[in-house]
Amino acid sequence: MATQGHDATSYAPPREMEEMELGHPKTFIGKYIWSQDAKVIAIQYGITATAIGLVALALSILIRLQLGFPGTFSFMDPSSYLQYVSMHGMIMVVYLLTALFLGGFGNYLIPLMCGARDMVFPYLNMLSFWFYFVAVLVLVASFFVPGGPTGAGWTLYPPQSISPGTPGIDGGIILMLVSLAIFIIGFTMGGLNYIVTVLQARTRGMTLMRLPLSIWGIFMATVLAMLAFPALLVAALMMLMDLLVGTSFFMPAMIALGEQTGYDSGSPLLFQHLFWFFGHPEVYIVALPAFGIVSDILATHARKNIFGYRMMVWALVAIGGLSFVVWAHHMYVSGMNPYFGFLFATTTLIIAVPTALKVYNWVLTLWHGNIKLNVPMLCCIGFIFTFVNGGLSGLFLGNVTVDVPLADTYFVVGHFHMVMAVAPVMVIFAAIYHWYPLMTGRMLNNTMGKIHFWVTLLGTYAVYYPMHYMGFAGVPRRYYAYGETGFIPDSVVTLNSFISIAAIVVALAQFLFIYNLVVSYFRGEKAGRNPWGATTLEWQTEHVPPRHGNFGPELPVVYRWAFDYGVPGAKDDFIPQNVPPEDVVMASAGDPKADR
Amino acid sequence: MTITLVFLAVLLALCLGWIVRQSINVQPWVAETGPIVLDRLPPAATAARVGLGVFLAVVMSFFMLSISAYTIRMEMGRDWIPLTPPALLWVNTVVLVLGSLALQLAWNAARRDDIDRLKVGLLAGGALTMLFVIGQVAAWWQLYGEGRYLTGNPAASFFYLITALHGLHLLGGMVAWARTLLRVRRGETPAQVRVSVELCTLYWHFLFLLWLILFGLLLST
Repeated sequence: MATQGHDATSYAPPREMEEMELGHPKTFIGKYIWSQDAKVIAIQYGITATAIGLVALALSILIRLQLGFPGTFSFMDPSSYLQYVSMHGMIMVVYLLTALFLGGFGNYLIPLMCGARDMVFPYLNMLSFWFYFVAVLVLVASFFVPGGPTGAGWTLYPPQSISPGTPGIDGGIILMLVSLAIFIIGFTMGGLNYIVTVLQARTRGMTLMRLPLSIWGIFMATVLAMLAFPALLVAALMMLMDLLVGTSFFMPAMIALGEQTGYDSGSPLLFQHLFWFFGHPEVYIVALPAFGIVSDILATHARKNIFGYRMMVWALVAIGGLSFVVWAHHMYVSGMNPYFGFLFATTTLIIAVPTALKVYNWVLTLWHGNIKLNVPMLCCIGFIFTFVNGGLSGLFLGNVTVDVPLADTYFVVGHFHMVMAVAPVMVIFAAIYHWYPLMTGRMLNNTMGKIHFWVTLLGTYAVYYPMHYMGFAGVPRRYYAYGETGFIPDSVVTLNSFISIAAIVVALAQFLFIYNLVVSYFRGEKAGRNPWGATTLEWQTEHVPPRHGNFGPELPVVYRWAFDYGVPGAKDDFIPQNVPPEDVVMASAGDPKADR
Repeated sequence: MTITLVFLAVLLALCLGWIVRQSINVQPWVAETGPIVLDRLPPAATAARVGLGVFLAVVMSFFMLSISAYTIRMEMGRDWIPLTPPALLWVNTVVLVLGSLALQLAWNAARRDDIDRLKVGLLAGGALTMLFVIGQVAAWWQLYGEGRYLTGNPAASFFYLITALHGLHLLGGMVAWARTLLRVRRGETPAQVRVSVELCTLYWHFLFLLWLILFGLLLST
């Protein structure tokens, strides 16, 4: 490696920004409740999202009990079934995945990985969490109002969602829409922080092209969310007005329960346009942080630099841009001009190009890598498999002619649970197994982790793979019971029981994970500094876990990108980002590495 | 949706141009061997300003989507009866531009360290904004008196919705304005409140331009 005669200080460019003033709360409440420290806010987000996610998991088990063993459980009536389906979907997509990736990992990783002391607007960051918390409370409250939560499906399509006869029309749907509005306002506060911190608070030497890919993923996802969530807000406000005031934005003239309603000529299609203008970018709001995080974890545990870093960044940007012009592929069966369908099918299939590019690069990163098959790496490989499988069925559904017969069947359920549920959740697990030692200072139990991973991966395949076949058989989704249906063979009933048992096993495995999280916090093996030998700045902090202010008296200076693994000639197989070239320890002559 | 897509295309083109400049001809895998030459941020790009810019992009996205909804609904229903906005809106527009100008004066005064003019500008800006909001409510009152209610004609529904959303954004700005005024009252110097005054002013200018777009839309349809 070329080292030139510079002393260490000559590398240090002038500070990009002044040291920020940090509040130093003394009380417990100031430190952990009304906290303005991004790391604490991240854990608050994480715990709240996990808690509400467990509610959604319980709902999914209730759904599966009904589908697998129809008629056995008397407390499940058609209304409550629809309510569970709706709330399961909404909670998982918005309140768990979005909140956990951006609110949780975004808050934890952005300041640390960029080399900042905290977010740029800490007070706003605190407000962001508390808005989210209130949104979750309002959502939970809808379970306890007369009539229960809404049963309109997570897409909340009007006119059904606000017509008499739909479960939750008395209050559930109002609370749902209000909760979404609060969530969006809170998210905007957080999103401002994520974007401005990445743009403005990077430490010296941390150019954009030296950012870890996790930050790129979270950054692009935030940009998408900031532009897409307003569509949901507009739709929610207009639907609230239709419901409460009696305007006809979305509600057509119709007869409900034998009576003419006061609505006239509203357009349900308008709602679908607004909803999916948010809804499709939402898929990538969840996927892009997952893409970013998986890239960093793969490189770390394969001890190899990420293949095609710049391509990975550009693919993230391309996917983000394209995600705004594909929304109508969710509406092929809503009725549209065939040329429109053709256009949206084309854009949808084009998105496969940058996505496939990312998959190739992950696989090529593993190629000839020094792969450590620990739990984070297993989860990442599990992610690649699941994402490819789920993505391939997406190619089917992207084509209008294939989509029309498959729409609203279990094929769709199988597809999006593979690509949008299991795949990102695998990354969440990978990220937790990877960063838990940093957050707590202790390692998670490896055996429990491996059992958890294998049961979850194989179990989810047992759950979602058969659903594709059920979809080909034409079994419709969102049905409480199938009754006497000629085209549904008996084998579907047996298959449904099998799926339900597999789903229960997967759900139970998650309790092993939570047990692992709790027990390891107290009794886990001490992690020490940088147990994985990672290069990124969050592992180079003075203390583990990092304290308030993240770094010591001086912010780190960055000399290299985040992927200096296995550099030829260097003694260690990794060089942290903040090590200047002249401090790199070279291998001695007898060291086999020197020959590489 | 065309309007929203055009807006997004412009925004994304700006982002793309910026990312291209950051990433073209960069070899991230090469470690620094000389003094780090940083592509430093221009001094004008403070965190507060960039934050405001991002927020304005979000607000703009929100209103572009509302306008898209407006145009889609206009074409879709047979019940759309074009609405002539009350003449009072012209007066309100003048009031809002005066409010924006008053805040500009306050910002200029803050830069010149002129506390008296700063106070005058801030107070006038706030008062004119409140007058604008009252004027909008009066316009609603007029429409209501003419029997054009929130329900029924979707053109009227959209009129109320869009003016209300714009007004709410102004009232949100008034919170920031009130905090700034309070700080001036407590005796903070113009230099201390300059950033707050500046952010308020830029936000007001934005909301004025937004109002021109919305008013133009209401007039032309």
